[in-house]
Amino acid sequence: MTSSGGTPPADDNKGRRRFLETALGTGLLGLTAAIIYPTWRFVFPSKNVRVAEQAVSAGFVDDYPPNSGTLFRFGEEAALLIRTPEGEFRAFLGTCTHLGCNVEYRADMALIWCACHDGRFDLTGKNIMGPPPRPLQSLTVQIREDEILVSRST
Amino acid sequence: MTRILKYLVSWADERFQLSDLTDFARKKTVPMHHSIWYYFGGITLFLFIIQVATGILLLMYYRPTEAAAYESVQYIISEVPFGWLVRSIHSWSANLLIGAAAIHMFSVFFLKAYRKPREITWITGLVMLGLFMAFGFTGYLLPWNQLSFFATKVGTEMLSVIPVVGEALMRMLRGGEHVTGATLTRMFGFHIALLPGITTVAIGAHLFLVQRQGMSPPLTDRPPRQMPFFPNFILRDLMVWTIVLGVLGTLSLYFPWELGMEADPIASAPVGIEPEWYFLWMFQLLRIFPSSVLGLDGRLLVFGCIGLLGFVWILIPWLDRGANEGRPSRFLQYAGLLIMIAVSILTIWAKFFHHS
Repeated sequence: MTSSGGTPPADDNKGRRRFLETALGTGLLGLTAAIIYPTWRFVFPSKNVRVAEQAVSAGFVDDYPPNSGTLFRFGEEAALLIRTPEGEFRAFLGTCTHLGCNVEYRADMALIWCACHDGRFDLTGKNIMGPPPRPLQSLTVQIREDEILVSRST
Repeated sequence: MTRILKYLVSWADERFQLSDLTDFARKKTVPMHHSIWYYFGGITLFLFIIQVATGILLLMYYRPTEAAAYESVQYIISEVPFGWLVRSIHSWSANLLIGAAAIHMFSVFFLKAYRKPREITWITGLVMLGLFMAFGFTGYLLPWNQLSFFATKVGTEMLSVIPVVGEALMRMLRGGEHVTGATLTRMFGFHIALLPGITTVAIGAHLFLVQRQGMSPPLTDRPPRQMPFFPNFILRDLMVWTIVLGVLGTLSLYFPWELGMEADPIASAPVGIEPEWYFLWMFQLLRIFPSSVLGLDGRLLVFGCIGLLGFVWILIPWLDRGANEGRPSRFLQYAGLLIMIAVSILTIWAKFFHHS
């Protein structure tokens, strides 16, 4: 805004001035980058590496009569274990594919149902009514000595 | 590009009367000076801004509970990208801030910059130094490590010797009888909500007064020459801030702040336990003072003396009436020097020469 005064720049001062301006500008740019980059990296959490698919215990076979289901903790998410009226065990990620609510098993309808927007899935996890756009992500169920082990499908 | 810029400037000018402000900035001058002491207020402000910025970053990962605090700080320094750097900067900057504020205070004292009409600026400054020390005390506990746990125990326990209100004050700070997770939650609340709020108001008042009254000119017979605030003074300040940033970065890189061991409420106090350096002079006074003098509690006497001294320190602009006419009190000058030397000696004594 205001010129700092002094002697008017002679010709041989121009090169010096340009050099100083470049050096200062580069330095400031580097400083800005040195502040913004660590801050950026700090704020955005690193994607946690998923440790090899681990099986989570969902309880024992006797806990689930046919035509029932329950949510259980699966890593950082909720998962749904159901026992079909025919007695077969199936598991899905409990997150509704519409807007991420937790679904539940409705014994009266023999369906998987989401309370948020009345989305419905059949017992294979397929979206059959309401707004959900995709089937539920299914998980692998293994039964070892009556214990129900659920893991991610590979 | 320049057309867009010009358009934006005139757009803002029409709405906020920017030209008033730029005219003001163009005309504003500050006393010419060639002494380093004038920079320390600005340095303190700069470090405070760094504290706010890094503090907000740390809040994204820190968890203020007894079970999770230590682990979350460990996570910050080992897992979060650049987390070690952010935490180290926050700790180093906190310490440099207190140092810069203390230097600022003593230079204002010795340059007699508190003289009329700047008494209130002096008081708001002292209030802020107290606030910064409170920041230091409350922030110290947050990593929930062994050292900070016992320092907080001692620091809050000291309050209980104050007659009548001491016990209640201690319970209020601790959130109970003992230093527990409840204390941690409280200190966290003070550290990130209460103290920043009060400090923001105090800084606002301090800067407003400095702006309204102008910087205090040195005590000389002739009125000092003036220099433009913009760009001369601003650029000088920015240059010093850049240097401070360099020092801060170097310290944080080469001497990363330690985390120590997790606090264990049933372990015995670790050897060599001491508070942060800016509390050391009080700590040392408490250590060397006899436990009772003429039947009075020694700790209480120490507190009484420090309290009285602090009160007199606040009143200095009024005690030193002569300074307004350019004849500062010799007695106060030497008393101030004596206090500074005493505090320095006590600090160095406690830090380096006291091994019990």
